[in-house]
Amino acid sequence: MKPAAFAYHRPESRAQALALLAEHGDEAKIISGGQSLVPAMNFRLARPPILIDINAIPGMDDIREEGGTLVIGARCRHAHFEKPVSSAPIGLLLSRVAANIAHTPIRSRGSFGGSLSHADPASEWCCVARGLEAELVAESTTGRRTIPAAAFFQTIFTTALRPDELLTEIRLPLFGPGWHCGFAEYARRAGDFALAMAVVACRVEGGVIREARVGLGGIASTPVTSPEAVAVLLGQAPSPALFLAAGQAGADATSPDGDIHASGEYRQDLVRAMIRRALTQAFA
Amino acid sequence: MDAPLTWIGRNIPRLEDPALVRGEGRFVADIAVGSRAVVFLRSPVAAGVIKAIEKPELPPGALIITGEDVATLKPIVPRLARFNYVPIEQPILPRTRVHYVGQPVAAIVAATQREAEDIADQIFLDIEPEEAVVDLDLAAAPGAPIVHPMAPTNTIVEGRIRTPGLEAAFAGATVVELDIRSRRQNASPMETRGGHAAYDRASGRVSLHASVQMPHMLRTGITDCIGMPEADLRVVAPDVGGGFGQKMSLFPEYVLLVWLARRYRSTFAWIEDRRENLIASAHSRDQHHKVRAAFDDQGVMRGLDVEILANIGAFSCYPTTCGVEPLMALAEYAGPYKVAEYGAHARGITTNTAVMAPYRGVSRPVISFALERLMEVAAKRLGLDPIELRRRNLVTQFPHRTPTNMMLDEASYLETMEKAVEVAGLPAFRAEQAAAHAQGRYLGIGFSVINERTGYGTPAFAARSMEITPGYERVEICMTPSGEVEARIGASPHGQGLRTALAQIIAEETGVDVARIRIIHGDTDRTPYGWGTFASRSLVISGGASKLAAAKLAVKLKRAAAVLLQGEESQVRLEGGMALLPGGASISLDAIARTVYHSAGPISEKIGYDLNEAATYDPEGTFSNACHVAVVEVDTETGGTKILRYIVVEDAGRLINPMIVDGQVQGGVAQGIGNALLEEIIYDADGNILTGSFADFIPPTMAEIPPIEVHHLATLTGASVLEAKGVGEGGAIAAPAAVINAICDALEPFGIQLFDMPATPQRVRAAIRTAEETSP
Repeated sequence: MKPAAFAYHRPESRAQALALLAEHGDEAKIISGGQSLVPAMNFRLARPPILIDINAIPGMDDIREEGGTLVIGARCRHAHFEKPVSSAPIGLLLSRVAANIAHTPIRSRGSFGGSLSHADPASEWCCVARGLEAELVAESTTGRRTIPAAAFFQTIFTTALRPDELLTEIRLPLFGPGWHCGFAEYARRAGDFALAMAVVACRVEGGVIREARVGLGGIASTPVTSPEAVAVLLGQAPSPALFLAAGQAGADATSPDGDIHASGEYRQDLVRAMIRRALTQAFA
Repeated sequence: MDAPLTWIGRNIPRLEDPALVRGEGRFVADIAVGSRAVVFLRSPVAAGVIKAIEKPELPPGALIITGEDVATLKPIVPRLARFNYVPIEQPILPRTRVHYVGQPVAAIVAATQREAEDIADQIFLDIEPEEAVVDLDLAAAPGAPIVHPMAPTNTIVEGRIRTPGLEAAFAGATVVELDIRSRRQNASPMETRGGHAAYDRASGRVSLHASVQMPHMLRTGITDCIGMPEADLRVVAPDVGGGFGQKMSLFPEYVLLVWLARRYRSTFAWIEDRRENLIASAHSRDQHHKVRAAFDDQGVMRGLDVEILANIGAFSCYPTTCGVEPLMALAEYAGPYKVAEYGAHARGITTNTAVMAPYRGVSRPVISFALERLMEVAAKRLGLDPIELRRRNLVTQFPHRTPTNMMLDEASYLETMEKAVEVAGLPAFRAEQAAAHAQGRYLGIGFSVINERTGYGTPAFAARSMEITPGYERVEICMTPSGEVEARIGASPHGQGLRTALAQIIAEETGVDVARIRIIHGDTDRTPYGWGTFASRSLVISGGASKLAAAKLAVKLKRAAAVLLQGEESQVRLEGGMALLPGGASISLDAIARTVYHSAGPISEKIGYDLNEAATYDPEGTFSNACHVAVVEVDTETGGTKILRYIVVEDAGRLINPMIVDGQVQGGVAQGIGNALLEEIIYDADGNILTGSFADFIPPTMAEIPPIEVHHLATLTGASVLEAKGVGEGGAIAAPAAVINAICDALEPFGIQLFDMPATPQRVRAAIRTAEETSP
């Protein structure tokens, strides 16, 4: 289990990294935490001829708030979110999510942007980005563009990033007063890839849910949203019965993929349970 | 220093651990650093004909070895004299056909592992696929594809037993039938397999350091395959990071390593990676049982009739043979229960899958799962409490002869269960369970009563009719001129703390502090022939031989002390490193040792010129026993199970080191929990393995294992000279049944009974879903 030979670059600036990407394109792969890429290389499932290591580039792991937005540097490690990074509801949500990601050693190396770029359908951050309608900032030598999460995740391990582009920032809503956020997933063992997960954010005003977002992960080739669950929630007062109904609507609308750990039918059961639990957590 | 009263029964910290926790242990991969690397190219197809193996251009020093290059090597062919056994041949490297995904097809040698993997990448393997048969039931069915032409029904081994009154026992009885399925597992030792073969040009000998459980046996097996003098091979098992049975067998990879070392007069190392270990080492417990039991109106089991199918994989493991699983099930099915009339038909079925080999408990985790599910289901049918049903059926009179002619020695089947019921607080739990149910939570409790055949010698193995009959152990003990004790043992620990336990036994006999006792093991150049570690035997048999040898040494020391102290030999006591007489005269054992070796004089007339002794022990075997209790909560939305409490009441007779015993029990339970809930090797219909990493084949982690409470009863048996019974496997044997019984208890409101293990979340959830859909 040794990787195939590869060339290795460790640029010290964002410009150098982008220049290397522009030069090598498809041949090159960015390495940040390496927690998915390196095992894949050791199994020789991935054989990138060139690795561009972004760990020496300053400023890629900053976190800041801009207006109503949390801006996350792409190289921020998962562990960074274990304590809330913001006093807004997003901070608590991300800390709840981070607790579900793999194990401590992986959380201390793996990065937010790396997870999104890798686009594993069972990635918690991908589910959060899609479900909460993140915007993803990609840079190349030719410029900078913002990609909505809905357009970013194309299929399994495939994103809208061009071969010359580097994901540099993730922009998530902070969620102000009145917002309630929750996350739930089910994995066979602590730290395993989840068989299904749900992220929710709801804004309550006058006792009823006025806005809602529901994202699902681990059930299809990309993370998805659940407009069916949202439709059940809107205009209703939060209650256990409502959460179950939203879960049922979300589950009924999916036809998840099956694998050795979970048949499609079983995943549907899990979707119902995870939406219900994420909502219960949000309003606990 | 105050001498301890006794060394036996004390929690001496393991002598092995300081080096291990400092990272100074020596495992094969430590020894292999810098050696030329061997990598095996493995078959990507489950069944097929090798058309061509096209080799790339090689860098200097690199080699590719295929079946054609090693055509002179004899295949591995273990034999059984009975049970319609078909001796199938496992080639070291195949020349014509492949039989399972993962079978080694070529060995690549290069300066480093990476370079060897690069070469392996470039080999073009042209194999014409043929129809594979993977599933146990399909392989056993008429008309299935044939794996080996000499076994046209895919049956490699078949045993039958039937007592004359079996059918009569079923007449008019309450008959309970179960269909029990156990899925395939990998023992998953922390250290994978690996070997380092070094050629010594001066002597022409090869030293093979390998992560194995049976170094002496493997030396015989490897030299038989190569056709070389056995004396020209030294096999050493250095520190071994667990084996659990997986490292008992002779594998083609080791034969090839030794062949390479001799052929090229050089040194080669192979360190298995985890993927190889999961795919190509050895698997276990792919079994299907059909159980029928007859109970009378008092709830007494009058008859038991079982049909046993075991998937043995593509070849038969050496030296135990593939009879190990089906024939153990045949012989030991009734476990701790009385049954007058018994019938069993057991078959080992070959398929295009990895080779089956023994794994901690072998067939008994499946048997006990079946029996303990049977007790629960039968109790329900009979309207009896399942604990009461067990009371009426457990063996309570000893010795007890089973229908398969095994003799159960003194044990405490009933007492461990009663104690477990008490410790678990069953009435209080039922109240807690009801209160939880009122809140929509599903708690359950599960019991499992087992016995564990341990420490059995050649008589028991002879009954299996293996060509090779293991069993005895020899210990050679020596006091050095400076007073330390060296014991050379034929057994070969794989991480279980045997050095510490044996040192305690020797200390008890000789009065020498354990810190001055060295246990020398696992090296065929330095130890007497022996059988290694498996079958919960090492403490009982090698420990028994240690006691016998140490007692002989003690006699010599007392005799010498009597001469030197001018006292009576019968009055000499050995304690705290001293020989003592009642009047207060004393001499240190060190001084005795110096005198014996360096100033022989008159002592030599009494004891000769050395302090060497030896003993061999070959017992009939002794059964330890236990009752396990699992308390679980089942999440009915996900089908997931959380173990809230786990209790073991164990009876292993006299405990030599209770801490090590508890460690054995706890480790076994952890593997049993994996068996019950998580671990399942999955092949697709074409024989591709879908569980090639720990992301897909999932042993439990710390988070899935609850604290395990261990309580002890101590039935002292005359069947073991130490009065100690083995405990290596019991934890793994009892746990699956306890856990799955607890799940079924939790799901009692749904009327769910599970007979398939592991009880994975999706299986449990499917059962709940079905129950929800069929009831209003």
